[in-house]
Amino acid sequence: MSATLFEYVLRIGDDSLILGHRLSEWCGRGPILEEDIAMTNIALDLVGQATNLYDYAAEIEGKGRNADQLAFLRFDREYKNLLLVEQPNGDFGMTMMRQFLFDAFRKLFFESLEQSSDHQLRAIASKSLKETKYHLRHSSEWVIRLGDGTEESKIRVQEALDTLWRYTNELFYQDDIDQELIQNGIAPDLNHLRKDWENLVSNVLNEATLEIPNNNWQHQGGRKGFHSEHLGKILAELQYMQRAYPNMEW
Amino acid sequence: MSKKEWPLWEVFIRSKAGLNHKHVGSLRAADATMAIENARDVYTRRSEGISIWVVPSNQVTASDPSDADAFYEPAHSKVYRHPTFYDVPDGISHM
Amino acid sequence: MEHRNIDELERLFQEKIDKDIKIEPNDWMPEDYRQTLIRQISQHAHSEIVGMLPEGNWITRAPNLRRKAVLLAKVQDEAGHGLYLYSAAETLGADREATIDDLHSGKAKYSSIFNYPTLTWADMGAIGWLVDGAAIMNQVPLCRCSYGPYARAMVRVCKEESFHQRQGFEIMAHLAKGTAEQKEMAQDALNRFWWPALMMFGPNDAESPHTAQSMKWKIKRHTNDELRQQFVDVTVPQAELIGLTIPDKDLKFNEKTGHYEFGEINWDEFWEVVKGNGPCNKDRIDVRRKAKEDGEWVREAANAFAEKRARKLSA
Repeated sequence: MSATLFEYVLRIGDDSLILGHRLSEWCGRGPILEEDIAMTNIALDLVGQATNLYDYAAEIEGKGRNADQLAFLRFDREYKNLLLVEQPNGDFGMTMMRQFLFDAFRKLFFESLEQSSDHQLRAIASKSLKETKYHLRHSSEWVIRLGDGTEESKIRVQEALDTLWRYTNELFYQDDIDQELIQNGIAPDLNHLRKDWENLVSNVLNEATLEIPNNNWQHQGGRKGFHSEHLGKILAELQYMQRAYPNMEW
Repeated sequence: MSKKEWPLWEVFIRSKAGLNHKHVGSLRAADATMAIENARDVYTRRSEGISIWVVPSNQVTASDPSDADAFYEPAHSKVYRHPTFYDVPDGISHM
Repeated sequence: MEHRNIDELERLFQEKIDKDIKIEPNDWMPEDYRQTLIRQISQHAHSEIVGMLPEGNWITRAPNLRRKAVLLAKVQDEAGHGLYLYSAAETLGADREATIDDLHSGKAKYSSIFNYPTLTWADMGAIGWLVDGAAIMNQVPLCRCSYGPYARAMVRVCKEESFHQRQGFEIMAHLAKGTAEQKEMAQDALNRFWWPALMMFGPNDAESPHTAQSMKWKIKRHTNDELRQQFVDVTVPQAELIGLTIPDKDLKFNEKTGHYEFGEINWDEFWEVVKGNGPCNKDRIDVRRKAKEDGEWVREAANAFAEKRARKLSA
C-alpha cells in the first residue's frame, strides 16, 4: 500500500514541479510586466504544491529521504510527470494553452481529491484547488483573448492547440496503481472527470473560436518514466547544484 | 487600432472589512477583468477577503489642487497630465 | 482669477518642500523638478526590472525547493517594485512604454550593478546582501522624499525589501560556515560584487553636479558619499561576523572618526559600465528588448479582443 501511494503522490508532485520549473523560465521575458508577475505567481504556487507533495511522499516512503532528495536526485526514468508539462514554453500562446489544458484537468482533479479518504491528500487538495482556480481563470481568459484576438494570435494559439492536443489523453492515464487507490477511496477515478474536462475545454475553445484538432493520435509514457527529450535537459539544469556539489546543505 | 498600449488603470484596495478602499497605484491592462486580476497579483499577493476596484485612469475626475491661486483656469481636470489620456488622431507621429 | 508669476510659484513650491508638505501629481511644480523626478523614478524602475535577470538566471538551478521558491518570490517582488515605480512615473506624465523604449535604446540608465554576471549560486547571496543592502540604504530616506507618489511607492518597496536582504545574508552566512567549497564560493562572490556594490552609490559628491538641487527639492535626502560611507560602516562588521573578508587592502577602521576608511573605486570601470560597456549591458538590454518585441502580438491581441467585446456590449 505504501509503495503504491508513494508512486501516486510522486506523479502529482512531479507534474507541479516540472510545470512550475517551465513557467519560471519566463522570468523577465514576459510579454508585459504584469504577465511576468502573474506567471511567476503561478510558478511559485506550483513549486509550493510540489514541496507539500514531496514532503508527504517522503513520509510515506519512510526510507529517510526528504523532499529535496526526491525533487533533485532521481534519475529521469524515475520522474512520473505527464509529457504535457515538460513541453517547451514556445511562445506565450503555447505556454497559455499548455497551462489551460492542465489547469482544467487540475481543477476537476483537486475537487475530487478533496473527497479522498487520505486526510493529508484532502488538505493538499483544498489548498491547491484555491490556487488552481486562479490559474484556470488566468489561462482560460488568455486562450480566449488570443483565440479571438487578431489573425496572428489565432493562428499561433491554434497551432499551440494542434501541437499539445496529443498529450491530453495522458491526463486521464490510469493503471494498477490508481486502481488500488481508487478501491480504498484514496484516489478519484479519472474516467469520471473526462466528460467534465471535455465540456470545460470545448466551451473555452468555442469562445476562443478555436478548433479541436481532427487527428486524435495520442502520446503517453510520462507516468511510467518514459519521457520526451525535453525532460533530460530540464533535469540537467534542475539537478546541477545537487549533482555538482553532492551532500551539501544550501 | 490595436497597436496602442494597454490603458492605465487606477487601483483601489479595501484590505480588511470595515476599512475604506485606498488608492494604491496603477497598472496597465487591456480590459477590466485583466485589470482586477493584475491588481490582485501585484497589490495583494492574492490575500483573501480583499475588495479591489479598478478604474480607467482617464475616467477619474480630479479637483483643482488646494492652492487657491492656481496658475491656470480653475476646472476639473484629468488626474495626471498624461500623454495617453489625450486621444491623438491616427497618422500623427512623434506624439 | 489671480495670476501668479513663475517666481511666486517657485517660492510657494519651495516653501511646501521646506515644510515637508508633499507635492502631489496635479500640483504646480517646476519643469526641472518634474523632469528630474521622471528620470530618477524611471531609472529606479528600470533597475528593478533589469535586476530580475541576473537573479532569474539562477531560478532553474536553485539548489533546493525552498531556495527555488524564495528566489521566485524575490524576483516577483522586484517586478512588482518596477511596476509601483513606473506607476509613480506615470503620475508625472511619463508614459511607461516611452520610458521603456528609452531604456532599450540606451537613452535611459539603470543601476550599473546589474551589468555584472551571476556566475555561481553564492552570487544570489551576494546580491541579496550587498545589492539589496545598498538599495535599502538609498530607499529608506526616499520614503520621506517630497513627491507623494514616489514616497508612497518607496514605503511599499521598503516593506518588502527587508526580506530580500535578510535572505541574501542568510545564504552567505550558511555558505560561509558550510564546506570548504561553499565557503570559497561565498568569498568569491563577495570578491566580485563588493566594488560594483560600492559603485551603486554613484560618483563622488564632487562629480555630482545635480546633488545640491535634488537635496534642496528633497528628492535626494543624502549625498552619494554619505550613503556609501554608511553602507561600508554597516556591511564590514556583517562580513566579519560570518568570517568573510572584504576585498580591499586599504580598508581600515578609523578610531577618531568612527568610520571605515576604504580604497579608491576604479572610476574608469564605473564610467565605462555606466556608458554601456560593462560585461552584461548588451545582454540585459537585448533580453528586455526581445521580450517587448516578442510580446507585441500578445498585447495587440488583448487590445483587439477588448475592442471586440466593447463593441458587442454597446451594440
